[in-house]
Amino acid sequence: MTLPPRGARGRRPARTRARWLRRVWAVPTGRFGICVVAAIILIAVIARIWTPFDPQQVNVQDRWLPPSWPHLLGTDGAGRDILSLVMAGAGTTLWVAVGSAAIATVLGVALASLGALTTRWVRESVAVLIDILVAFPVLLVAMMISAVWGGSLWVVIWSVGIGFGVNIARVTRPELRRVLHSDFVLAGTAAGLTPTQNLWRHLLPNVAPVFIVQLSWAMAVAVLAEAGLSYLGFGAPVTEPSWGVLLQDLQQYLTVYPLAVLWPGLAITVTVLGLNLLGDGIREASDPTLASATGAARTSRTHVPEVVS
Amino acid sequence: MRLEVQELTIEFGGDRVVDGVSFEVPDGGTVGLIGESGSGKSLTALAIMGLLPEGAQASGSILWHGREILGLHERALAALRGDEIGIVFQDPRTALNPIRTVGRQIGESVQIHERLRGRELRARVVAEAARVALPDPEGIVRRYPHQLSGGQRQRVAIAMALACRPRLLIADEPTTALDATVQAGILDLLRGLTADEDMSLLFITHDLAVLAQVATHAVVLERGRVVEAGQVPRLLSEPRAAVTQGLLRDATATLWRGQTPSEDA
Repeated sequence: MTLPPRGARGRRPARTRARWLRRVWAVPTGRFGICVVAAIILIAVIARIWTPFDPQQVNVQDRWLPPSWPHLLGTDGAGRDILSLVMAGAGTTLWVAVGSAAIATVLGVALASLGALTTRWVRESVAVLIDILVAFPVLLVAMMISAVWGGSLWVVIWSVGIGFGVNIARVTRPELRRVLHSDFVLAGTAAGLTPTQNLWRHLLPNVAPVFIVQLSWAMAVAVLAEAGLSYLGFGAPVTEPSWGVLLQDLQQYLTVYPLAVLWPGLAITVTVLGLNLLGDGIREASDPTLASATGAARTSRTHVPEVVS
Repeated sequence: MRLEVQELTIEFGGDRVVDGVSFEVPDGGTVGLIGESGSGKSLTALAIMGLLPEGAQASGSILWHGREILGLHERALAALRGDEIGIVFQDPRTALNPIRTVGRQIGESVQIHERLRGRELRARVVAEAARVALPDPEGIVRRYPHQLSGGQRQRVAIAMALACRPRLLIADEPTTALDATVQAGILDLLRGLTADEDMSLLFITHDLAVLAQVATHAVVLERGRVVEAGQVPRLLSEPRAAVTQGLLRDATATLWRGQTPSEDA
């Protein structure tokens, strides 16, 4: 169900966006990604208003309950309801993923543009700077930031944002250089586009596939990093609901109550998978050479004869 | 509006690739720039548009309607490009952005120079597509470049260059990447457009047979220098420079189709 060649009168953003979303939906990976992300957003919104139990309510009598009614996913060592904790943690996860993606995008595009489109000495120095920054692991950046401002979610957002922004710039810069030398960029300039207009209309859309894959990967890593950094104590404080903190709490009792650890771990896994597949779907949908393939054409292209497999 | 190029010299790190080239394109005139590859004809075209690649040094003078445009500020050049001077590139496979619809690309210069939006812009784009004789202009503007044939893509590129009704069209080997029948169609189109619209044409090619079909005057370049210039029929009947004689010999290879150059010239 790709877009039929109708409508699209003028350039109405809302309609273009709907068409584009439909194209992402047409790709199986994109569909899965959209479902997962929508579910997480939904859960995060619901958790702000309602959770089955107060996620921070301690109830010593109900410690380590197995999944049962009314505690659907069981309880932890303090008798807190795990389902409520996971639901409350979804908001944190979402916030970290979106926040770090935003920072990574701005930083990555800015660095890549500086490194590709400016005069020679500026772009060469930026390229060297990017290479130096790539060498800094995210964990180190997180440690530096938290040493100055103390541990909080912002540390996670900024460190993952910076770390992946630099990575995105590293990958996008040569892509930009490549596209810059295409004839259609020259043709754009010949049509009277200023360099900035050319960047927005021709250059960035053409490097978007590379960029989007990196970005979805960055969002997925942000979820993992939030868990990891919170686990190490650089991220969310213990009072804040977070999958990382929850995982850290529960894993100490892994041998005794393995089922309890499963839930936050599963939530992280599904989210990461969903974000990655969404990225794949968006990349595929933003390439019009693939968009023309309808269901049948797609099947025929990806179909493997049974004899072969 | 006339274009006068005087003593144009282009250097690449000390290498003179274009050396004192002078010619002029009168208002409504069709002039060919012809030479073998590496003779500096494409660079001359790029210099007129102010699109020289990084590291190229141009000197001399390019007068557009009496105004010096060589070394003009980038912003002033952007106002000129597309609006008064348009260019068509050699390879239609790479001259179009693969991920934008054809219509958006045709509409680009109109959007910038005439600030058309929405319905008006769309109507204009369809009209421009129809002007270059694209089949089903309503539908084709919604397509992507990869869904078009090579000849159609070159027509789109011409529509892009002509959308704002420039007074001068520079065509940089627009038919080289196309096969013979498509080439004839594109040449027909260019000839018709220059005749109807009172537009000047600077046609760059290495093929004298092609040139004979669109241009009245020609400038022959060799290694960055002008070796011969004059009326096309004269160049065809009594070529003086060795290069012109060579080009004429090569051109006869494409003339077996039965067209004699003097018919068109």
